Order: sequence, then C-alpha cells, then structure tokens
Amino acid sequence: MNLAEYLFMFLVFPGFLFSGTAGLVIGWVDRKVTAILQWRVGPPWYQNFLDTAKLLLYKETLIPKGISRGYFLGMPLLALSAATLASTVLLSANGSARTGFLGDVIVVVYLLMMPPIALMLGAFSSANTLASVGGSREMKMMLSYELPFLLALSVPVIKSGYALKLGDIINYQAASGAVIGNLSGVLSFLAMIFCIQAKLGFVPFDSPEAETELMAGVYIEYSGKALGIFKLAKSIMIFALPALIVTLYCGGTGSGSPTDIIKGLLEYIGIVFIMVLIKNTNPRVRIDHAMKFFWGPVALLAALSCILAVMGY
Amino acid sequence: MSRSIYVFHLSSGSCNNCDIEILDSLTPRYDLERFGITLVGSIRHADVLLCTGSANRLTLPIIKKLYEEMPKPGFVVAFGACGSSRGLFKDSYNTGQPLDEIIPIDVYIPGCPPKPEAIIGGLVKLAKMIREKNRGK
Repeated sequence: MNLAEYLFMFLVFPGFLFSGTAGLVIGWVDRKVTAILQWRVGPPWYQNFLDTAKLLLYKETLIPKGISRGYFLGMPLLALSAATLASTVLLSANGSARTGFLGDVIVVVYLLMMPPIALMLGAFSSANTLASVGGSREMKMMLSYELPFLLALSVPVIKSGYALKLGDIINYQAASGAVIGNLSGVLSFLAMIFCIQAKLGFVPFDSPEAETELMAGVYIEYSGKALGIFKLAKSIMIFALPALIVTLYCGGTGSGSPTDIIKGLLEYIGIVFIMVLIKNTNPRVRIDHAMKFFWGPVALLAALSCILAVMGY
Repeated sequence: MSRSIYVFHLSSGSCNNCDIEILDSLTPRYDLERFGITLVGSIRHADVLLCTGSANRLTLPIIKKLYEEMPKPGFVVAFGACGSSRGLFKDSYNTGQPLDEIIPIDVYIPGCPPKPEAIIGGLVKLAKMIREKNRGK
C-alpha cells in the first residue's frame, strides 16, 4: 500500500471523516435515547453536527493569559489524532481485506489511552483551580480503570490462542463461536463495560467533568475551536470503543458477508444502548468510591475471568 | 448557529423562582432540548448568558466580568422582572443599577416568574435575532 492509500484510509475511510461522522451520529443516539427514557422528544439527528460546526466556525477561541499555548492548543490535536488513528486501525482490521499487523491490539489500546491523557494535560495547563481538580480526578480515574481494562482485554487474546492480531481474533471467533459465549467471556465483558463507561467519561464515572459540581471541570477554560476539537475526539472515542468490544467479544464483522455485517451492527447498537441505559439510571459516584470500585470488584472480576480463560472455560 | 444554543445560567440574588422555571422548561412538558438548547457548566462554552435575579451591588462587577469572558458572538437574556429592571426591588438599598446599564441585553423575558410559554416565546425571538445577524454578515 502506498502513501496515498494510507492517507485515504486515515483521512476519509475508515479514518477521520467516517469516524467523525459516525461518532457524531452515535452521540445523537445517546441524546435521543436519553430523551426517550425521560419521556421527552430529543434533539434532531443533525444536532451534534450543528454544535460542532458552531464551535469550530463561529465562536472565538479564548486563551487564558500566561499559560503555555503549546500545551493548551496542542492537547486537543493530540486527542483527535490518537482517537482517529485508533479508529482507523480498528476498523481496517475488521474489513474483509484483514489488513493488520502483529500487535495491533496493543497499538489500538495504547492509542485509546491518549485522549484521556491529553484531556488531563490540557486541564492542568489551564491555570484554573477547578480544572486542576478535574485533572487530578481524571488521573485517578485512569489509574483505576486501566488495570481491569487490560486484564479483561487479555481474555479474548488468551481464548484465540494467544493471538495479538485483531484479524486472528476475528478469525477464531468466526471459526469457533464468539468469546462472549463462554463463562470467562461473559465475566470479562461485564468488567469491560464498566471500564468503557469510565474511559468515555459517562455517568456514573464522569467526576472529571462534573457538570454542576466543577462547572465543566477539565473543559472549563476551553472555548471555540479547541473545545470543538476535544468534543470531536470524544465523539470518535464514543464510536471506536463499542466497536472494539464488538470486535473482541462478538466477532466483529466476521467473514465480511452482508449478514455478518448486519449482525455486527446490531450488536454494536445493543452495546451503545446498554451504555446509555447505565448512564441514565445511575447517579455520579464520588472519585474515591469509583477507585475502590475499579480496584476491588471489577479488577477481581477481570482477574477471575483471566484465570478461567487460561483454565479453558 | 440559531439551532444550537448553549445557555449559561447565572443567578445573582434571585428568589430562585425564575431558576425553577428554567428547569421547568427543560422537563418533558415543554422540552427545550429539541430546539438544540442545552445548559452548560462553563461560561466559556456558552452562547447565551441567562441572567435571573436583580443584580446586587456586590455582584454587578462579577456579572460584567462574566460577560467579557463569554466568547463572542454571545447574547444576553434578562430573565424575569428582576433581571429586566429590578422589578419590585427598584428602590432597595442593595440593587444599585439595573442590569442593562452594565451589559448590553438582547432579549427581555418579563414575568414573575415567566411562564414556560413566555420563555419559549423569548427564545424564539432570540433565535430569529441570531439568524438575522448571521444573514446580515
């Protein structure tokens, strides 16, 4: 593959344009399902596009005085590029061409760790006390959910014969049934759902961006283009993380046939629905409760599922 | 831009009746979110500064500072009788100036408190104003 093909994959499909559009639509699905659960009519389907266009095109970007502009303006770009690259690698491994390389699971997980780190650094560079509190909470959340995330992630890897390639994990599931069909798969799926809620900053784990408590916490000093780019990065994460779960646990798009693609899409919508349901039925938890939760029950669940996977269940 | 309005709710010395009516208009019966109106936590994310309550002497400089912190293009909505003209606290010792002598106000929504229908009427006027301003550019 030459440079033009790589650039096309990164910028258009399945990269920036496709993931950005899909992420904004999934963000709308979240708002619409929230509205329906609250017996309201939600915003129209193009609402997120209007919000992002307004932030990127119409509003001015205000920068606090005396801070490092490189960090403040560079962190949104880091978040966006990392999220786009992760989504590109993930979706191209799902394609019928099975493009991918040994270790691309690790690359995707590493890249998906970047947006929360960029958010934290941007918050710390904002020179605002509330942003500092939000940034320190983001740091604590990252310390707590990364451990069970990686433990739960190792279960599909173990079950597909210690394969570190997304294409091999998909092929194994197409041949011998989805990982979620086994006991260890179900337990690690459960642990993974909680970790995804925290990674995306959804309620009940959204104390870094506590809206009424910290006045938008980590995002408080961001405005205009910088805020628009951060929100776009978060939308791409909302699109990519359920896709990661579908790939690892339910077999992704299988062999690439239309029935498999439709099955993958339905599973994807089901997982998004579960996340929105958890989001709407729970209050926000305190940061120390969240840490105890992730280092206690969730980590034990993930470790148990790891042991069961090695034993063969 | 007129279909996506982020509102920052600022209450400076209100009796909280207007604040309850703002939350009222986001409930299922009137549901302002279908017009793209959301409440945001930070003034730097906001398009509209929604002022309830008659501004006290001590909070007037803070309100002016908040208006300057809002990224332009931004609008101000004076909510309720107190926000528009200090209402029945006109001659009080603590309300120095009405709000429109400190910051430029675009839409007044009178009422004590304004009914949600009046709120929707005021916000429709605001949306039309934004559209005219964008068309004129």
